[in-house]
Amino acid sequence: MLCSVIPHLPVRGDVDAPLHRKTSPAGSPVAGYYYVKNGYEDAHTLNAVTVVLGDYRGFDTLGETIVVFTAGAACLLILGRRRKS
Amino acid sequence: MIEPHPSPIVRLVCRVAARVIQVFALYVIFHGHYSPGGGFQGGALLASSIFLLRWGEGAPHKIWDLPQRVSFAVGAIGTLIFTVTGVFGLFSADNFLNYSALPLPGMSDAMRHYWGILIIEIGVALAVMAILVAIFDQLMNLQADD
Repeated sequence: MLCSVIPHLPVRGDVDAPLHRKTSPAGSPVAGYYYVKNGYEDAHTLNAVTVVLGDYRGFDTLGETIVVFTAGAACLLILGRRRKS
Repeated sequence: MIEPHPSPIVRLVCRVAARVIQVFALYVIFHGHYSPGGGFQGGALLASSIFLLRWGEGAPHKIWDLPQRVSFAVGAIGTLIFTVTGVFGLFSADNFLNYSALPLPGMSDAMRHYWGILIIEIGVALAVMAILVAIFDQLMNLQADD
């Protein structure tokens, strides 16, 4: 069923695709349009991915870092426990 | 405890390759503003260079790298760098993680964001590197005990 919708997806690089318009079909503003338009002025950084990851979505990246840290802490606790027994 | 590799050729290659990987990792981290890359990728590269050193030179060795005892603490410091950078925004009655509030004198808001992104990338890289190394060391300890 997922494969049957592939032909109906917008062409890659299509400027008029819903993802690249200023407002979505539902009428709400699209975040990607804002990022591409204001990314350089806001952070003087050419790589839009870095701006989105580190600045606009910084909270998400903070969560990712904490997940990595917590996963490492859990691994150390489990492995260290096995060593003693 | 890992024994150094018996062959001097392998040890030399490990030592040289590890330094090259470390330089490339720093490039990936600090050039993340202009090209693909960033803290996560750079941290993984740094960790891989330390794995190479561990395998080639043995676990406690003469060349500087991340000691086993401090690796977890370095991970905590990396996470803290990120969090503290975000908290500066809260102190100046702004949004959490708003880098305009960073205390960097004589800079426009955009340049503060630029440096803020760099600081958090360094924090992410430290955390990822240290956690990978800590897990590696713990697994090697398990293997040594068996």
